[in-house]
Order: sequence, then C-alpha cells, then structure tokens
Amino acid sequence: VKYLDEYRDADLTQKLLAEIKGTVTRPWTLMEVCGGQTHSIIKSGLDRMLPAEINLIHGPGCPVCVTPLELVDKAIALAFRPDVIFTSYGDMLRVPGSTRDLFAVKAAGGDVRIVYSPLDALKIARDNPKKTIVFFAIGFETTAPANAMAVLQARAQNLPNFTVLVSHVTVPAAITALMDSPDVLVDGFLAAGHVCTVMGYWEYEPLAERYKIPIVVTGFEPVDILHGILDCVRELESGTCQVRNAYARSVTRNGNGPAQVVIRDVFEMTDRAWRGIGVIPMSGYHLKDELAFFDAEKRFPEVQSIDTHESPLCISGLVLQGRKKPSECPAFGQQCTPQTPLGATMVSSEGACAAYYRYGRYANH
Amino acid sequence: MCLGIPAKVIELYETNGLKMAKVDFGGVIKEACMEYLPDVKLGDYTIIHVGFGLSILDEQEAMETMELLKQIDALGAEGIAA
Repeated sequence: VKYLDEYRDADLTQKLLAEIKGTVTRPWTLMEVCGGQTHSIIKSGLDRMLPAEINLIHGPGCPVCVTPLELVDKAIALAFRPDVIFTSYGDMLRVPGSTRDLFAVKAAGGDVRIVYSPLDALKIARDNPKKTIVFFAIGFETTAPANAMAVLQARAQNLPNFTVLVSHVTVPAAITALMDSPDVLVDGFLAAGHVCTVMGYWEYEPLAERYKIPIVVTGFEPVDILHGILDCVRELESGTCQVRNAYARSVTRNGNGPAQVVIRDVFEMTDRAWRGIGVIPMSGYHLKDELAFFDAEKRFPEVQSIDTHESPLCISGLVLQGRKKPSECPAFGQQCTPQTPLGATMVSSEGACAAYYRYGRYANH
Repeated sequence: MCLGIPAKVIELYETNGLKMAKVDFGGVIKEACMEYLPDVKLGDYTIIHVGFGLSILDEQEAMETMELLKQIDALGAEGIAA
C-alpha cells in the first residue's frame, strides 16, 4: 500500500539505525508522546535495535489511558440506564472502572454499542428517537475535529437525543506538565504526528525554547520513527533545541485550518484530570456554553458525585509519565494482564503495558 | 486512538449536507467525511482518523523526505557490519 510499505522497508530501517549509531556519542532519553508510536516501536522491535545510548520512554499520549476514573464510572452509570444507548470507540469498553467495565454493563443487558466514527453514533440517534444517545467523546486533538463535528451535526440535523460525555485532552499541556515536574527525565520529545496534522507544530516552538528541548514531529511507521529519533539526536548532539518536522507528508506548521475552526466553535479550554497523573491546568476541552444542551453530564445531573476506587497496585500514572517502564511494575503479567487489567494502560491499543505484554517485554533488557 | 491510516479517495459525494467520500485502504473500502479537506480530489491519498480525512498526503514532501533518507551516508552501516 502506498505511503505504508516504503516506510516499513528493512534496508532503510537498517541504514537509519546505523546513522543513529554513528551520530550518538552519549546517553539520551527521548519520549515518544503518542501511544500509537509506542506500539509501533515495540511491535517492530526498534527498542531492541537502537544503540544502548538511546533510552525511549513512553508518554501520556493514550486518551483511553488518561480518561479519569470518575468519568469511566460516570460512563458505566449512564450505560446502565434503560433510557440510554451508550456509544463509544471500542478501546474504552475494557477500561476498568472502580468496580466493572463497560463490557460488563453490556453483558448485564445495558445497550452499549461500539462505533467506528462519531457519525455512526449520530445515525444511532436518528434511528432511535425515543432513547438518549450518549457518545463517549474522548481523545486528543486528533479526534477533537470528528467529535466536534458530531455535536454540530446533532444541532444541524435536529437530534436533541444526542449527547456527548467529553474527555478531551491536549498534548502541549502534557509536555508542559512533564517539563515543570521537579525531576525532568526527558532530553527530547517525539511529538505525535496526527495531533500535529490537526494542530500544526507552531505551538511547540515556544515550548522548545522555554525548556531548551528539541521536539520532532514524528510519524508512526518504523522508518518515520527512526527519522524522528535521528533528527532529535542530531539536535541534542549539536546542542540545539529546535522543533523539526519528520512527518512532512502529513504535517504542516499551521496544521488543518478548517478542523481548528470547528474545534474552536465547539470546545473551549478547561482544566482536566488525567488518570494516574492528576489535574493539569488548561489541558483539555469542554463544550462551550451555547452547546451545553448536548453535554451528557448536564443532561443527567443525577450522575454526579461518584466514589472512585483505583487499584492500589496499579502504577499506570508513573508509566504514563515515563517514570516507570511497564516491566518494572510488580503486578505486570502477574495480578495485571489483559484478561485481568488493573489499569487502562494494560487494555488500550495504545497503552504501554499492553504493548509490553503483547510483544513479550517481560523484563528489562 | 490517534491511529490514522492512509487511504485513496475513490468517490466524492454529499450526505446530510456533509462532504463525504469512499476511500480505499489497500482494498478495504470505507466511507469518510471530507469536511476538513475542502481541496480534496479523486485519487488523493488522505490520512483517515475515526471516519474523517485529516490531511492530504503531500507527494512532493514524501518524495523529498525519502530521497533525503536514502542519501544517508553508508558510513554508519560499516559500523554495523563490523
């Protein structure tokens, strides 16, 4: 397939690995922000092929993983209601809430449906006028334009039975929080290519300057990831800290203008709690006041204060900040497996723990 | 979640006032919304995420990047062979 195969080329991968090896002179810790990149790195084995000087740590870019437990519990409470059809991206269904997950609600008779696109949830709203449809609108900036369009379309198509449970977060705020923490581990960032496809990378320029840290916009295939690492290592070795774009076929400095307009029409910035990490100021979106009619939390105000219980064994918050690797967790592969997950990072297709488990990174190497 | 997959636009049309397309993921055909790609044309490759086109892949940029990567000196490669 065009735009995939050539970025999985084994010879080019070896060439890039050799170039990285020839460039690096001392240890560097790089964080790939996006969980999709983490999975690509572990699946292709790049973590085992890179020179020992390069330590890749895994970032918080997994929306399923950082959706706060309180919202997962709210989702579960809403999904139990007989007057609700609960719709969600599939990844969310196996995320453990305080006592159960959404699959358990479905098994117990709740109407929980997996959708591929928020437009599918709109169709369900059209087809079921007597039910209230709750769509779990989670995601980073990549997903925000799609979720925002669904809200605008619900208004345009007069679908008052459509609501969204919003848990939207943004990457620059996460980078800021990581860099403001007292013991910064990261020397350079690989920024998330599809977040930047939407938002561009101009937002990262002041961050690179303020924290004196290179940030390289990076794609998802092995060649893309090595290209990002090489650019980042070149910056570090030369003592510079620019924002570079190693995913230029999809990303421009300004990003997708029409998508940003719709995000701004629907959402505004707000403080958000990140599961395992805590509240990060101005780190996400909520619906603007004029669209509050579509807010599931306002439509069902009785589903408010929920007592949450996080597993005391789970260290996913440390994993999401790159402070621990999954294999360093005592529960990893023991009490915590994809069948019996203690945290969302073990079940999400972008969770670092899931990648380590699936591709056999059981111990440090 | 931020998974975006390249797909070729093979048909453009309108549904409920939205610009839509049939897109081809190497043989699997799906529908996607093109509202965020006002300039999209038949035959363009786009990044599709949760049923929305987010970018038109830039062939010129892709070629230039590939050339640059392929020109990387083989100096390091000798290191691996050794």
